[in-house]
Amino acid sequence: MSKAILVDTTRCIGCGACVGACKEANGLPQNEDKELTAETLNVVESHGGVFVRKFCMNCQDPTCASVCPVGALRKTAAGPVIYEADRCMGCRYCMMACPFSIPRYEWKLALPKVKKCTMCAARQAHGQQPACTEICPVQASIFGERDELLAEAEKRLRENPSGYIQHIYGKEEAGGTSVLYLSAVPFEALGFPANVPHDPLPMYTYRVLSKIPSVVTAGALLLGGIWWITNRREEVAKAEKDEE
Amino acid sequence: MDLSKLPKLTFWRALLVVILATGFYSTLLRFAKGLGAATALSDKFPWGLWIGFDVLCGVGLAAGGFTLAAVVYIFHLKRFHPIVRPAILTAFLGYAMVAVALLFDLGRPYRIWHPLVMWNPRSVMFEVAWCVMLYLTVLALEFSPIVFERFRLEKPLRIIKAITIPLVIAGVLLSTLHQSSLGSLYLIVPSKLHPLWYSPWLPVFFYVSAIGVGLAMVIFESNLSARAFGREIELPLLAQLAKAMVVVLAFYGVIRLQDLAGRGALHYLREPSTESVLFGLEVFLGIFLPVAMLVWRRVRESREGLFAAAVLVIAGFLLNRLNVSITGMEASSGTHYFPRWTEVSVTLSLVGAGFLVFALAVRYLGVFEPHVHTKTTEKAVTGGSAPVEVV
Repeated sequence: MSKAILVDTTRCIGCGACVGACKEANGLPQNEDKELTAETLNVVESHGGVFVRKFCMNCQDPTCASVCPVGALRKTAAGPVIYEADRCMGCRYCMMACPFSIPRYEWKLALPKVKKCTMCAARQAHGQQPACTEICPVQASIFGERDELLAEAEKRLRENPSGYIQHIYGKEEAGGTSVLYLSAVPFEALGFPANVPHDPLPMYTYRVLSKIPSVVTAGALLLGGIWWITNRREEVAKAEKDEE
Repeated sequence: MDLSKLPKLTFWRALLVVILATGFYSTLLRFAKGLGAATALSDKFPWGLWIGFDVLCGVGLAAGGFTLAAVVYIFHLKRFHPIVRPAILTAFLGYAMVAVALLFDLGRPYRIWHPLVMWNPRSVMFEVAWCVMLYLTVLALEFSPIVFERFRLEKPLRIIKAITIPLVIAGVLLSTLHQSSLGSLYLIVPSKLHPLWYSPWLPVFFYVSAIGVGLAMVIFESNLSARAFGREIELPLLAQLAKAMVVVLAFYGVIRLQDLAGRGALHYLREPSTESVLFGLEVFLGIFLPVAMLVWRRVRESREGLFAAAVLVIAGFLLNRLNVSITGMEASSGTHYFPRWTEVSVTLSLVGAGFLVFALAVRYLGVFEPHVHTKTTEKAVTGGSAPVEVV
């Protein structure tokens, strides 16, 4: 069982309370960033009058965690994908690889860190819910078990078929995410990438990485074998020459 | 130094000084003020010139080292021995450039050793990190006999000679893994990299093209060395390398197009776009044209023809790596990336430093053995028997 957040964009009134609460919970400056930055890990966007907030999807099998060479990013059993800054060497492969292009970098600092929402992992550890869902005045964002939230989302789609696009964004995208979205307009119109594969992305590299041991073994045997043959051939040629 | 023999050298020296001076300024800026001040990188475009050129191209251009080492030591084609050393030296310098470039690009370069103790075998970057470290060590060992000879250190020379074959095999395996893993890096971005370049076969493409460009680099630098140092070019050998290069490139061209067709992505070529033009250039200049040139014996056996074909192959290769790492990623990023001059100056400085070290090594070490120092080496090392058969 792991925790998740359900965002129903049809309920969001764009008040921005979640943005302020997020900044407070993460000790970030209260500014008016229009998109995600290293100082804004949760942002409310307006797409043709529809409000949608963007933050880390905290994937079930996170691409960022799989690509991190030093294991600085990690999926916890509770749900959040957390970041251990002390391990990070700053290769930014997580930023490159994230199918939702979420992680941000402190470009202005000489010693930068990666920044992204961690679903308030610290608050969750103390039995609290994330700051954003706690403050939401209209329950546009709710916090709970992923299974239960999925059931709730499906219930809403069923009860109001004309009010929603019949799709739960995040149910299957990138192998499933801990943040789920509902919408009345196509998700592409809200700025979500539509071409994200439904299998977990780490599979794409694992298919190749898993072949390394056999490539090395077969390669070593092949090269050693070729060397043995060519070497032997040369020795024989030399011996024959000496006999003459 | 006799400058009258090298009339162009003063101009190149002046240029090098300018490049290194601007590079020095950029270095200070990068480490004092951070990546944001010194690069055009952003949250939307986190990897730029230093990864796309310095790392991806640097590693590829170094591929001549493992290719020739395998040809000479594994396949026992001893006639190629005279050009192994310059190839190993180029490979070593290429990898050294990659390592230094990584120190610039990493946000926290002092933690570059972290992959040694903090493991994540699921990460391609983890594999890349280990390959760079191990192969740089192997290359240093493969190159070390040249230094040992210079200072007549017999014992280490004998040790290296004894482990030459395992060393070469390790080098070939590490190169195979590393060249292909740079392609694997991009397997994780199926929804971000343009379909003209994204393919499940990326690791294979990177590996095959690296072998092709490695051979082109050997031809290219033999020619440059011949001009700069008056070394007679080993033309028949290079013509044979060119023949092998044609086979590799033709194979590469066929699998690239086959892959496009197989994925149903051929139609992207008919749509006029930056991507389709650059893809066309890459395939035409880097594969089709050099192959068409080199199938003619007259081109293959002429110095100018060989050189021109090698330059084309290298240009096509560079274009390919930049297409995968930069052009192909731009459309999905929603932004435009063009490197800041400070980024360019660091890259130029690294390349310039590489040329400088190569020139110094040629002058002071026996890179183009055995003709120059044969007598002293033989006496010092083997007591006048056969020439030393180390890398």
